[in-house]
Amino acid sequence: MSDRSGVEVRLENLVRRYGPVTALDGLSLTMAPGELVALLGPSGCGKTTALRLLAGLEQADEGRVIVGGSDVTDLPTNRRNIGMVFQAYSLFPHMVAWENVAFGLQMRHVDTAKRKKRALDMLELVGLGRFANRYANQMSGGQQQRVALARALAIQPQVLLLDEPLSALDAKVRSRLRDEIRRVQLEVGITTLFVTHDQEEALAIADRVGVMQAGKLEQLGPPTLVYSRPATPFVADFVGLTNRIPGEVKNGGVEVRGTQLPLVQQGVPVGPAIALVRPEAVTIAGNGDGQSGPLVGTVIAVAFLGAISRVTVDLGDMTVLAQLPTAAASDHPAGTRVRLALRPDPVLVQREETASVGA
Amino acid sequence: MAVARRGVHRARWLKLQVFRYAVLGLAALFFLVPIYAMLEFSTRSNSGGRTLEFWQSIFTYPDLINWNFGPAPDAAINASLELALITSVVMLVLLVPTMVWVRLKLPRLSRFIEFVCLLPLTIPAIVLVVGLFPIYIWMGTNFSDSILTLSLAYVVLVLPYCYRALDAGLGAIDVKTLTEAARSLGASWASVMWRVIVPNISNAILNALLLSVALVLGEYTIANNLLYNNMQVELVHLARANAGVSIAVAVASLFFAFILLIAISFVGNRPRRALPEAVTTFGKGPVQGSAG
Repeated sequence: MSDRSGVEVRLENLVRRYGPVTALDGLSLTMAPGELVALLGPSGCGKTTALRLLAGLEQADEGRVIVGGSDVTDLPTNRRNIGMVFQAYSLFPHMVAWENVAFGLQMRHVDTAKRKKRALDMLELVGLGRFANRYANQMSGGQQQRVALARALAIQPQVLLLDEPLSALDAKVRSRLRDEIRRVQLEVGITTLFVTHDQEEALAIADRVGVMQAGKLEQLGPPTLVYSRPATPFVADFVGLTNRIPGEVKNGGVEVRGTQLPLVQQGVPVGPAIALVRPEAVTIAGNGDGQSGPLVGTVIAVAFLGAISRVTVDLGDMTVLAQLPTAAASDHPAGTRVRLALRPDPVLVQREETASVGA
Repeated sequence: MAVARRGVHRARWLKLQVFRYAVLGLAALFFLVPIYAMLEFSTRSNSGGRTLEFWQSIFTYPDLINWNFGPAPDAAINASLELALITSVVMLVLLVPTMVWVRLKLPRLSRFIEFVCLLPLTIPAIVLVVGLFPIYIWMGTNFSDSILTLSLAYVVLVLPYCYRALDAGLGAIDVKTLTEAARSLGASWASVMWRVIVPNISNAILNALLLSVALVLGEYTIANNLLYNNMQVELVHLARANAGVSIAVAVASLFFAFILLIAISFVGNRPRRALPEAVTTFGKGPVQGSAG
């Protein structure tokens, strides 16, 4: 099915300002051919602006956009050969599914028979061959987004841009469509930029995840690295849940409630700091009845999440989240005393904060 | 218990039906009695029987209608029809792209544009004439004194009504997303307008057209005061000379508006193209189920 291999995409030092607000502050990003990069971040971090600059829907104040070796910074959207799927349903309501998919080919003056065949092929690719003659209002949200994906791919674009295409869908459809997008992307081999604020979505689908804050890229790397070795406290905080536990940096590590943990950062000066500890690095070592200590506390809540459960433990001066298999968590219902242990995974520390609040 | 409740529901439903038909009947009487009276008058002969003499006179009466449709119409009905056409086209060409552009690029100006478009509603026609008079004197001297120049004033006149109709149509679709989707697929701005926006606001455009045509065909004050002879002005002249023909023309223009209305509503609700194959048995609204 692969019609072409992907091309390299480079965003070079992109700056975009809206009046006094700098939405994008010198973003640089290189995407390898055929790679899927997810930009992740909170609302207003600039991820959608980056995507819109790549699409040509907005103009950069500074910087360049290079697609397949060509500078497209000043090219209008309709001449960039970029496929895009939007957050809002964007099918043309007056056209049936195959006409929607064929629209881009019509703009390229492909003859009717060829564009219909290509449109039907693309609908088959996204599993909607049977729905070729349906109007948008005769399809569910998930089906509409799949048609939109087929429409974006039908023009054989150099780059595929996905602007939070799953955010309007319910959880089950979202996860199925997410997998479907990844399957199609790998099948077609197209370089893809996926923008989302959903960390699970980004981590599940991307070759590399870029975490953005205030118009800047905080970290760019494979999902496992971003999760396990966050480069900044913001990344640690934004990607996954994090316990913020006061400790003290000494002996090349950080001592957290009596446990010495290795540090992710190098050269952190000795002294008090906040350690960012993942809930899965917190385990229940045993029953805490009649015991005392820095890691002994009372279970105050157990959240059942399927195969795993999240246990909230009150240590007296703070609460800590522990994530463990549901079978293990079921031995410790709310109200029981437990003794926690911290797995010696490398952690980030943050010096500026002193608040001792749980996750 | 359930039987009693059903009885109450039925009584309520009956009352509602009676009320509906009573209102409908009254409204129908309100509209139909004058039309019937006009029809009766325009077909009454001096001998007491029925005649179509006045109706036939529409086509032979001087200055009313002829087959000279062109840049210098010399009959009132021709002039009004040409004015309706020109006004509608100019209004659409001006208003649709402007409103789309404001929604896409200058949303902050939307309030201002709305204010400007609705302004003619608040200005009495006679005040408009006073303002337009010097302009038309200048145009008559330097450009043209054709009755078709009235279309400039008429575009202003129809602006508020057409703005409202088009605004409702544009408000019903996501103009920004549809435009961006079309642009990303390679569409030029002209293609976006012609192939994406216009088909999706076709009903609003038809409504605006209908309003524009109806207003222009019924306009009297501006034409009379600027000394032009359109259909309504001619009707008033006719009423003094030959009341029978005048009423026949009035009824004919009403029927013309009705036919136009019905034709436009048929165009607006025309069935979708027959689906060439397979799936044809789905209901309206989103299909639930095999989403994903």
